[in-house]
Amino acid sequence: MLEEVFRDEWGRVVASLVGFLRDFDLAEEAAQEAFAIAARHWPASGVPDNPGAWLVTTARNRAIDRLRRERTLAEKIHLLPVPEVIMDEFDDTVIKDERLELIFTCCHPALALEGQVALTLRAVGGLETAEIARAFLVSEETMKRRLTRAKAKIKLAGIPFAVPGARLLPDRLDAVLAVIYLIYNEGYRGRVDLGAEAIRLGRLLAALMPAEPEAYGLLALMMIHHARRRARFSGEDLVLLEDQDRSLWDVGQLAEGRAVLDRALALGGRGAYVVQAAIASLQTRERIDWPQVAELYRRLVELTGSPVVELNRAVALAQAGDPAAALRAVDRLDLDGYLYFHSTRGELLRRLGRDAEARDAYRRALELATTTPERRFLARRLEGL
Amino acid sequence: MQYALLIYTPPGYADSLPEAEREAALAEFLAFTDDERYVAGGQLQPTETATTVRVSGGRTLMTDGPFADTKEVLGGLCLIEAADLDEAIELAARVPAARLGGTVEVRPVVRR
Repeated sequence: MLEEVFRDEWGRVVASLVGFLRDFDLAEEAAQEAFAIAARHWPASGVPDNPGAWLVTTARNRAIDRLRRERTLAEKIHLLPVPEVIMDEFDDTVIKDERLELIFTCCHPALALEGQVALTLRAVGGLETAEIARAFLVSEETMKRRLTRAKAKIKLAGIPFAVPGARLLPDRLDAVLAVIYLIYNEGYRGRVDLGAEAIRLGRLLAALMPAEPEAYGLLALMMIHHARRRARFSGEDLVLLEDQDRSLWDVGQLAEGRAVLDRALALGGRGAYVVQAAIASLQTRERIDWPQVAELYRRLVELTGSPVVELNRAVALAQAGDPAAALRAVDRLDLDGYLYFHSTRGELLRRLGRDAEARDAYRRALELATTTPERRFLARRLEGL
Repeated sequence: MQYALLIYTPPGYADSLPEAEREAALAEFLAFTDDERYVAGGQLQPTETATTVRVSGGRTLMTDGPFADTKEVLGGLCLIEAADLDEAIELAARVPAARLGGTVEVRPVVRR
């Protein structure tokens, strides 16, 4: 219970403190102190009515005490410049929600991408450094350095703690969405807790930017994928969408994902995440409307210019009943180093009865496979020919 | 905050531009220096004119040439005053070299 409150409030408290102190390290330390005090007192005294305000107030007081102590010390030794603490800014009746400012600061494109990801999980999501390190398969020491470097750059280079103005906003929002989606995709490779964490961040972003269709689009996309996570593997084996056991799908999350998508569409969303969510949603229907899926992929190719998306469009064309057109589209692509290019060609050639060529394509895909489930999947397809 | 904009370009870059483009770039740069956030700066002579100096055991040692031999060289620099990194980046993007194949490195200046 207490842990849940802490996780929910961490981002809000850190955001408020960074806004107040303009220093991530100081903010985190003060937040940690406040949470430690809460952990000692709340079990006996009960959780206060507004735990967030309580935590922010306590943490701010701690930070002010600390700055005062350091100022006295600095004045004694005439050495360190200590920032002036402006008491006027302190008002414990209204605690402004500055999590959006925090998110945009953590995802500033002047930071290395891995630093953006780590800092977002730490400062906004409240994950411990050790947890983040485990999720990204690096040592705790490496992750600590990554976070330190990002925080130092924010401070020394003057990265603003602000929601960007209208001119910069579209690019910066893209950066934020990319960071959250990257976290999600790390989770999709089997680390489910990161997937849930990304959805949590996506939910927060959508709540903070309620007029932004792409924020809903990303949230819907992640939810619809996440709803199917238990059906994607059978033991060690990858299971294709068409073969998945639908009773393993999380119907509640799927319905919520679709509702979020409707919201994005109602806001006029036609961006890349909205389109991807629409495709994911269509693919979970009892009968999949493949011509419409192909049409949405065409739109996505226009938006992204990505050959991988064009490959997916070709798959949809084949499912819609035209494997020959699909193979023509695939053969126009320059994706020789890409596993799914070859496995898709293999499947299309098989459907067209060109078994020898299909075998060659699957063999090439097998050479490029890096994980055991992929290799087992491809080996089974090859045996079936 | 003050930021230094370090402008890296291929050697002889200004001379390689067609005359009309060179003049346009110069006019743009002069307009840039009129911005009140511009503090100081200038274009540098080619690296062939560089002398690298260090002091060892009280003696001043010098070598002909730039500090490092690189494909792109420091061709100019400016000092600007900006509220934050976003504003500094916006100004850096206005340096003509940034869109003419060069690169501008933005570095905050240490406050004293």
